[in-house]
Amino acid sequence: MRRIISILLENEAGALSRVVGLFSQRGYNIETLTVAPTEDPTLSRLTLTTRGDDRVIEQITKQLNKLIEVVKLVDLSEGEHLERDLLLLKVKAVGPQREEIKRCVDIFRGQIIDITSTLYTVQLVGTAQKIDAFIAALGEAQILEVARTGVSGIARGEKILAL
Amino acid sequence: MEYLSGAEMVIRFLQDEGVEYIYGYPGGAALHIYDALFRQSRVKHVLVRHEQAATHMADGYARATGKPGVVLVTSGPGATNTITGIATAYMDSIPMVVIAGQVMSHLIGDDAFQETDMMGICRPVVKHSFSVRRPEEIPLVLKKAFHIASTGRPGPVVVDIPKDMTTPSEKFPYVYPQKVKLRSYNPPQRGHAGQIRKAVDLLLGAQRPVIYSGGGVIMGGAAEALTRLAKLLGYPVTNTLMGLGAFPGTDPQFIGMLGMHGSYEANMAMHHCDALLAIGARFDDRVTNHTGKFCPQAKIAHIDIDPASISKTIPVDVPIVGPVESVLREMITLIEESTQKPDATALKGWWSQINEWRKRHGGRYRTDDTTLIKPQTVIEALYRVTDGDAYITSDVGQHQMFAAQYYKFDKPHRWINSGGLGTMGFGFPAAMGIKLNFPDQTVACVTGEGSIQMNIQELSTCMQYNIPVKIINLNNGSLGMVRQWQDMNYESRHSHSYMESLPDFIKLAEAYGHVGIRVDRREDLEPALERCFAMKDRLVFMDIYVDPEEHVYPMHVPQGSMRDMWLSKTERT
Repeated sequence: MRRIISILLENEAGALSRVVGLFSQRGYNIETLTVAPTEDPTLSRLTLTTRGDDRVIEQITKQLNKLIEVVKLVDLSEGEHLERDLLLLKVKAVGPQREEIKRCVDIFRGQIIDITSTLYTVQLVGTAQKIDAFIAALGEAQILEVARTGVSGIARGEKILAL
Repeated sequence: MEYLSGAEMVIRFLQDEGVEYIYGYPGGAALHIYDALFRQSRVKHVLVRHEQAATHMADGYARATGKPGVVLVTSGPGATNTITGIATAYMDSIPMVVIAGQVMSHLIGDDAFQETDMMGICRPVVKHSFSVRRPEEIPLVLKKAFHIASTGRPGPVVVDIPKDMTTPSEKFPYVYPQKVKLRSYNPPQRGHAGQIRKAVDLLLGAQRPVIYSGGGVIMGGAAEALTRLAKLLGYPVTNTLMGLGAFPGTDPQFIGMLGMHGSYEANMAMHHCDALLAIGARFDDRVTNHTGKFCPQAKIAHIDIDPASISKTIPVDVPIVGPVESVLREMITLIEESTQKPDATALKGWWSQINEWRKRHGGRYRTDDTTLIKPQTVIEALYRVTDGDAYITSDVGQHQMFAAQYYKFDKPHRWINSGGLGTMGFGFPAAMGIKLNFPDQTVACVTGEGSIQMNIQELSTCMQYNIPVKIINLNNGSLGMVRQWQDMNYESRHSHSYMESLPDFIKLAEAYGHVGIRVDRREDLEPALERCFAMKDRLVFMDIYVDPEEHVYPMHVPQGSMRDMWLSKTERT
């Protein structure tokens, strides 16, 4: 099962490599990974998605918690949560396809943020599923480049991941 | 306010931390620190002949005392040579602080001379690591390193210090940090009361209980509490390879080591138990055999300081995260206050079953199939000659298992071996680290002609610092455990397990200025050992020729349950 684990990490050199190293060292898989500093400059927030049964996920969270630089950790997928992935995509857009692709972007509530005479650059925010669906919906259009941030997430309601 | 250079701060900190000995090897990036070391006398340094040996010396000291061992090396090869020793300590949860020089910070990343990414290389085998970025943070970084290494589940910590952090002319205010607080590191101070009660209920309701204790009981200072709990209940106790000595080996309630080469009765009791209390043990694959067939009828309670050790390979019913000592004390109080007592009838039946199992194998081995000395006999003789009270270190292989099986350890911290990583070359330097710190104690390294050659250069260090350890070399002319596996699994094709061109160990010992004694007849064994241990101020290398055909038994049948064992070359359960 897919899980979203969010971590508050000491914003120090080498901290990220310990997290990433743990996954390769113990044979776990990272599907996506996003990391950036928080409003507190001493902390980074790292969100990753991984897959595994309950026992594997339990081991992953326990092992992550053992890292000295992991300050706090939450498995967002245990409760109600919001998740977003940002897509930047370049697609070939010429002739009748220009209008077709624009319609598709509008339906998915994306934005065309740059154009040339032959291509569009599209921005789309949504769940990973929505972005997958958008890419599939582009159908025959020629996708030239895809850049995705990977999942970032936050719990719904009053639950807060902070010190 | 005192002003010190970074290099002086390193040494001054070690003084203030109460470190008596450090083990190491100088080199370019560590020279400022070595100069500061030279200009004082409180911290004593042992110059090894290879940095790996420095880590094992520190490790041996740490295992014997529970306090962190300290290593000082230079950058590059000095640092990489410590990796095996760091990994050894990591796998067995041993507190250690390794201070490594590094090239000047402006050269980092340039592939400078003797530069290596020590932080990167050591990452998977350390509890934590630090890279010093400003000289004035050295005292606090070192304090954090000692704190992390020695609290919670102990482990090795590396401190990487670029040379320009230790420049002699740049002085900074020094204050010894009495305390340190880390917001993201708070090891549990006690176990959950409700869980402890559940474990007590499980134990008191048991018909066929077993207490299974590991190295965590020794490093957690809980040997006495374990013994009291076991005595209070009258239940059988088995120890892991790392846990030997936590419960007295000569006590009738002790049923031997468990696992791959555990005693028949310990493995049988494990398989048939209905309640298992695991304490400071980690259900290692060398203990459990096939995890799916492990203790099929048992309800399991597990006490460990490290939550990640609990339900890692074997799911448990009552997890207790906490320091084993305090949890055991709370259990003892609950049991003493409880109106429920252990089921005496059930326990009587359980003990009579265990005693039946004891009769079946009981550690017997054949002596009539050869005129050669049996390795087991050597350990039994060693036990007698040292009155069962020596510090015994070992290397890795058959000799290690024989020592674990036949030397009965009555005290914790006396049996020193590389259990998790299985590091050949560990035993001799570990013995040196212990002897140096306990000069009045008898310290012997049980080894083989394979393992001893992995750190034999330290014979020179022993001469320089007068470290009179005793080396008990069980010489069977081959890598015995490899050979045994080849006998059992590869139709005796002894692929590269035979050591040709062995040195004359007697002459070798003498060349380093020590005493060597060769033994190849049974009747000479005990008198020779007596002579060896009578020479209290000399390192004696006992080269004892033993039967190369001997195997270690019992031995788990691969992929079986705990009760599936070979008991001899021809007999299996």
